[in-house]
Amino acid sequence: MDKIFLIFKREYITRVRNKTFLLSTFLLPIVMILFFFGSAFFAMSSKEKMKRIAVVNDPGLFKINLKSDSSKMSFDFTNGVDSNNFSNRGFDGVLDLNNDSSANKFTVHSKKQLGIDAKQLIETRLNQAFEKSQLLKKGIRKETLDSINKESIGKFGIDNRIISEEGKSEKVNAGINYIVGFGSGLLIYITMFIFGAMVMRGVMEEKTNRIAEVMVSSVKPFQLMMGKILGIAAVGITQLLLWMILMIILFSVLSAFIPMEMIQQAGEANKSMPGGMSGNSQMAMKMWDLQKDISNINWPLIVGCFLFYFLGGYLFYASFFAAVGSVINEDPQEAQSLMLPIMMPIIFGFIILSTNINTPDSKVMLWASMIPFTSPIVMMGRVPSGVPWYQLATSMTLLIIGFLFTTWLAGKIYRTGILMYGKKASWKEMFKWAFRKS
Amino acid sequence: MNILELHNLKKYFATQKAVDDISFNIGKESIFGLLGPNGAGKTTLLRMITGIFYPDSGEIIFNGKKYDPINDVAYIGYMPEERGLYKKMKIGEQAVYLAQLKGMKKADAVQNIKEWFEKFEMQSWWNKKVEDLSKGMSQKLQFVTTVLHEPKLIILDEPFSGLDPVNANLIKDEIFNLAKKGSTIIFSTHRMEQVEEICDHIVLVNKGKKILDGTVSEIKNRFKENIYRLGATTAPENLMTYIFEVIKHQPQELLIKLQHDSSTNDVLKHFIHQDIAIRSFNEVLPSLNEIFIKLVEGTPEARQFQELN
Repeated sequence: MDKIFLIFKREYITRVRNKTFLLSTFLLPIVMILFFFGSAFFAMSSKEKMKRIAVVNDPGLFKINLKSDSSKMSFDFTNGVDSNNFSNRGFDGVLDLNNDSSANKFTVHSKKQLGIDAKQLIETRLNQAFEKSQLLKKGIRKETLDSINKESIGKFGIDNRIISEEGKSEKVNAGINYIVGFGSGLLIYITMFIFGAMVMRGVMEEKTNRIAEVMVSSVKPFQLMMGKILGIAAVGITQLLLWMILMIILFSVLSAFIPMEMIQQAGEANKSMPGGMSGNSQMAMKMWDLQKDISNINWPLIVGCFLFYFLGGYLFYASFFAAVGSVINEDPQEAQSLMLPIMMPIIFGFIILSTNINTPDSKVMLWASMIPFTSPIVMMGRVPSGVPWYQLATSMTLLIIGFLFTTWLAGKIYRTGILMYGKKASWKEMFKWAFRKS
Repeated sequence: MNILELHNLKKYFATQKAVDDISFNIGKESIFGLLGPNGAGKTTLLRMITGIFYPDSGEIIFNGKKYDPINDVAYIGYMPEERGLYKKMKIGEQAVYLAQLKGMKKADAVQNIKEWFEKFEMQSWWNKKVEDLSKGMSQKLQFVTTVLHEPKLIILDEPFSGLDPVNANLIKDEIFNLAKKGSTIIFSTHRMEQVEEICDHIVLVNKGKKILDGTVSEIKNRFKENIYRLGATTAPENLMTYIFEVIKHQPQELLIKLQHDSSTNDVLKHFIHQDIAIRSFNEVLPSLNEIFIKLVEGTPEARQFQELN
């Protein structure tokens, strides 16, 4: 135990003192925050060039009702434009309303492909125009229609409240749960690779530096492996905690300044349109709601589960990474083919998470969050939207049993591999080492 | 009193009998040479003594008790042939770390390291990194880390490879010193002239079996072929005799081989009788190198893979 602690201490201290650790710890949150706010800023400030569409062959149904959007799209009913000369006359496309086929489809001719947004916008406008012209035809006055429209757009919203076993009702926000669950699953997925690869490189270093034999004449190979794995686990936890603290600090500092400006900007942009002031206050309301929803989340549970599943998942796979590091020689290329079978279940877990995150209670998610191969990633997608405690306990117990088993198994491969020089071990040999007695 | 006794040690690998029934004893405070061609099973044997491998069968007695690798490794210092250190670590910290793994307290370790560094004039190295050292320098450091915890048994596998003569002598003197202070040294090499110079007792292994065991002078005597070198003032002319056979004839020196039933005095009488003044007369013992080659010759350098029964 003493010796494991000595090895643990060395692994931890040499890594934490390393410049790359400091750089990645302090730069990554800054880069992420800049990325987050930067992309939000660009999304808000960048305006797409307005598209001009010429409309031809209108049977008279659309002309008055097809609304031009001041910032995104304008529809011009001009004569003499056709699919041959529209770009010469300064149009991005020409919408042909001559519908001679039985299917209700019109054609837009353009030089460049229309974006999905632009296509949807044209379709929406056409349908709105059709609806409006039908309503007008039935005798509804235009003024009435306009005032109804103005009042009803975006009037109502819903809140989802969950009734717990004890009868307490709590407001949930599926969107935030989605972001938190997916984000923490993704983070576990990434960190498992980063720190798993760190274990592998550490073992390879010991082997290629030929210090392994000096070490195993003082300590048992298993102690050497465990010391390294636990030391790197501590590095990982240190880094994650530092990231969390830094993120919280940076977010609170930045959100005190930048969003106010952004809200103002958005407000100013809205002022040019009717109802600009209400847009501004609406946005502030939304921000306020969002902040309340974020603080409503059970953060201690999420952070606790996150640390547990990070540690459990890392420990489950780390010994395999150590075993791979122990059987390869100088050539890092050799690692690739041996890494693949270890990476597959991790990647598979992430695929399950990303395809099923909207249905956190489905059968696939339930099973994948129980099996230790995928549970660290998948369970994090379920935790924010609530998991029965017995499922959480089963999943955690299975993960602990799983990691004890993989460590025992991979430890035997490691013990033999670390002292073997020359040829890379084959799968068959490694299998034999793992399952032979003593 | 023996510090180490090996009784019928066996270690078989999937394709090889690496160590096949080897027994020998090593006395306290001696310098012991373990010799053998490449692939003879030396490293496997040493790995069993250092507790890295468990023998398939047989017994190791260390210091009078059954060998217990977990506790006894603290009394053993092992410098493997494939040696290395953590490249990115500072030299002082690295030495402290390795000593602590052997069970030393930090303060004692620092004390000992300082003494050794002074002895080897390495004081200024403390905060350097291993990657900044030359091969010979890191070899010296490796030796220091091996003997730092004052082990009772020091195992050195090819300790002089990569060292210049000055540093090799430095290490050699320290080996003698350590033996004088009460450590036992196992010395594994295939450089025979070093063995003759340093070792009291040798064992030669080949193909996993022990083929020779004894002190250096005893072994040399066992393999002597009754060859003598004789120096004379004038070249002897009549050499036709039944007493000896001339192997090499030089103007003032003869290399002769005695016949079975004659003695050295018969040779001297023969020359005195002829009134030839003898300048020198001494026995030529075979060098360990010759014995080694003679015993190992014919066996392929790298071992063939044997079938296991």
